[in-house]
Amino acid sequence: MSVAQFKRLKDSARRVIHFSIDGEPCTARAGDSVLSAMMLTGRLIRQSDIDAGFRAGFCLMGACQDCWVWLETGGRIRACTTPIEDGLSIKTNDPDFRT
Amino acid sequence: MSAVVVIIGAGPAGARAALALAAAGIRPIVIDEQPRSGGQIYRRPAEELRRSHSEVYGEDHQKAFALHSEFDAAAAAGHIDWRPSTTAWAVHENYLHIECAGRPDQIDFDRLLIASGAVERVIPLPNWTLPGTFSLGGAQIALKAHGCAIGERVAFVGTGPLLYLVALQYAQAGADVVGVFDTSPFSRRISSLPAMLARPDMLWRGIRITTALAMRYRVKLRNGIRPVAIRGSDSVEGVAYRDADGRAHEVACTAVGLGYDLRPEVQLADLAGCEIVYDPGSRNWRPHLDAYGRTSVADVYVAGDGAGIAGADAAELAGSLAAHAILVDLGQKISAPTTMLEAHESFHRFRQGIDRAFAAPIDHLREVPADTVLCRCEGVTVKAFKETVAAMGAREINRAKSMTRCGMGRCQGRYCEFAASELLAQMLDLPREEVGRLRAQPPVKPFASSAGQEIRRGDS
Repeated sequence: MSVAQFKRLKDSARRVIHFSIDGEPCTARAGDSVLSAMMLTGRLIRQSDIDAGFRAGFCLMGACQDCWVWLETGGRIRACTTPIEDGLSIKTNDPDFRT
Repeated sequence: MSAVVVIIGAGPAGARAALALAAAGIRPIVIDEQPRSGGQIYRRPAEELRRSHSEVYGEDHQKAFALHSEFDAAAAAGHIDWRPSTTAWAVHENYLHIECAGRPDQIDFDRLLIASGAVERVIPLPNWTLPGTFSLGGAQIALKAHGCAIGERVAFVGTGPLLYLVALQYAQAGADVVGVFDTSPFSRRISSLPAMLARPDMLWRGIRITTALAMRYRVKLRNGIRPVAIRGSDSVEGVAYRDADGRAHEVACTAVGLGYDLRPEVQLADLAGCEIVYDPGSRNWRPHLDAYGRTSVADVYVAGDGAGIAGADAAELAGSLAAHAILVDLGQKISAPTTMLEAHESFHRFRQGIDRAFAAPIDHLREVPADTVLCRCEGVTVKAFKETVAAMGAREINRAKSMTRCGMGRCQGRYCEFAASELLAQMLDLPREEVGRLRAQPPVKPFASSAGQEIRRGDS
């Protein structure tokens, strides 16, 4: 099975950034957005909140709101318009969501 | 005290307007959601990426460089009150509501120029919500801003000039482009040539882009196709389509760039009370404007793709023209910019040809499978939309929204309104404009709840 994943074409040799997705350590490069950093790891952005599928955003310019993720420290971010930072702990499910 | 002029958006239209105003001695406030100016078309790479303008913007690099460097210089010199990473979320009378880093604020303006650009139009197809499917504009942003392709093997599906431009930019950057699958038949491009001759330079550019894709990069170009479905289980694995003769094909890919041209972002103009009109040629709603960008509301102006899609070059002209109108309306005596008006008009005549050549294939909606997602925020399928609308008798898109939740989600209808309106018009056998358009609701984009808490504290 293929996994949706971005492919780096240009300027790969930038400073390495360490972050985590649902507790798993990952790396990115300075200048990546949270969305591009996540899509480069091959991890789909988030579980859809309306069906069994996954969502990985759509517009990449802050219009569709389909790439929301949450921070361990609290708060929700739009992955496509948020720069990745060292130490960012990302959660792919809304921590306040209860079924 | 001088007039407070606020510009929303620092793309080609907003930046040019700001520079023209600054040159005339007015210090405009310019707000933009992004950390740097340029808009989406001249979006800049993240600061950490070392890429030249010619590499990022191709043959547009001189225009992009001029816009970026002039704006940066004017902002650094204090001639522009530059407020990056700021979202405008409502307009009420002469107050603009903004939000920056979770903090709300408002600006009392004398003149407001809205240059908020455009977003992709979508005609849904099965599995278009699968990870790996991105808007065409999004595919371009991944490359320009982050130096990434949206996948290992990318198919471009839809119609419009952007389809070919993004495909070429991908091919030039070394991405594996499996093909460009355009729903428009080639014959429409031929029959639209007379209108497109209004801008021979743009027409020639289109021909060069297509030729480079086909000849230099050997990219598969298909016209008059009908997309059947995006294939895949957890993410994109391929695209199924039928060719112009009705034969079925499948191509393997890991990502899809999808788009059926653009639609203006009219929400803020709508909230400002501007008259919004339907343009049958483009099948888009846009603010009613004079030749300079004056709306039906005194003190409010619109320029760029948010006024009707015409592209970056037209947007630069529109920004300068709107600045001219603002200066005249503030009492400055300046002569009419005749050459600029004529050039701007020629882009719009050219665009009428583009609208015909790459018309959105709304007839495809009649055959979209019933379980296809129409509204990706609320998960409303074509079947649910049609059945609910039929059972409850909606004859207008806002009624249909309240009955079905289509358009009620977090994107606020940006990505479903076009298809939902066309579908509703088809069901009722009405002209598209008669089903209306979604009324804008503040905030026009969701923002973090901390901002709302501060508003409540401020009110108490």
